[in-house]
Amino acid sequence: MTDTTTNERLAAAEALEQRAGKEAAERSAVAGAYADDPAHDHHITNTGISNPKLAMWVFLGSECLLFGGLISTFLLYKNNNLAGGPTPHDVYDIELTSISSFVLLMSSLTMVLAVSAIQRGEQARMRLWLVSTALLGGTFIGGQAYEFQVFVKEGLGFTTNSAGSAFFALTGFHGVHVTIGIVMLLSTVILSAVGRIPRARAEAVEIVGLYWHFVDIVWVLIFTVVYLIP
Amino acid sequence: MTDATTVTESPTTAADEPDPVPDHPAEGAHEHTSDKLYIRVAIVLAIMTASEVAWPYIVDDGPVLMFPLLIVMSIKFVIIASFFMHLRFDSKVLTRIFYTGLLLAAGVYVAALFTFQVFGI
Repeated sequence: MTDTTTNERLAAAEALEQRAGKEAAERSAVAGAYADDPAHDHHITNTGISNPKLAMWVFLGSECLLFGGLISTFLLYKNNNLAGGPTPHDVYDIELTSISSFVLLMSSLTMVLAVSAIQRGEQARMRLWLVSTALLGGTFIGGQAYEFQVFVKEGLGFTTNSAGSAFFALTGFHGVHVTIGIVMLLSTVILSAVGRIPRARAEAVEIVGLYWHFVDIVWVLIFTVVYLIP
Repeated sequence: MTDATTVTESPTTAADEPDPVPDHPAEGAHEHTSDKLYIRVAIVLAIMTASEVAWPYIVDDGPVLMFPLLIVMSIKFVIIASFFMHLRFDSKVLTRIFYTGLLLAAGVYVAALFTFQVFGI
């Protein structure tokens, strides 16, 4: 009776070992098959999320802290014009900023349509949406540059008072982020045009899209907290 | 002997063509989303933005002005993160990472405000 049980256990252990060996062989065969395929050059991760995508999300999480600090500073200093000059609220052009906000919001739509297009393998359409996104981003930056020069003409510069410094630091940092986003978009268009972004690498476009949507989402906060709430 | 067909092929032409393996799933593709959904979401966001801009013209200064604006802003934020950034369809880990950053950012503001109040800066 005892021998039978021991034999059964041994057989079960052997079966487990064989199964583990087979699985290991399958895994190395899969890895070998994709070794030369650039579309599968990412590693299998514990989270099931690719490392570049996870890294972008962690980066965006840290960016929340950067903009959190800048928005906090603005809120604390927004009425501080002890050094003289107007406060930002005295010189805002809400109509212009509303149009800029709408433009940036629509750029998020064109960006997500670009990601959707590459996921379907429609390269030309993806490039069209990416260029549209970059143009909308450029329009936003143009509006911001115009707004800045109007503010300076009306007496609110970066060093005029604490409120001005906080305002220009916050919106300027956001503008730099939008500009970097435009560079990323145009780089993606060029890479796609030379055939470096096949459908299997759609995640690369999605990661650029995450950055762009973040830039938009930060503006949603800035527009309400900085411009609309007195 | 080089085939004439092979010679006429160029990388640019290949980049314009649809993927030769249509059944191959793209990395990070989201099955639940469609372009129509994205357009609908964008329309909702546009309407919310228009209402935000109109609100200060309708009501006077004070909590009645501020709180609806903050609520609409928060809803817009969540909609963009959920649909355009795909948090609704992606791993929950990403949602936690992003919103942790956001909570920490809110903590930064509360800490700064508290410091200014305590030290009377």
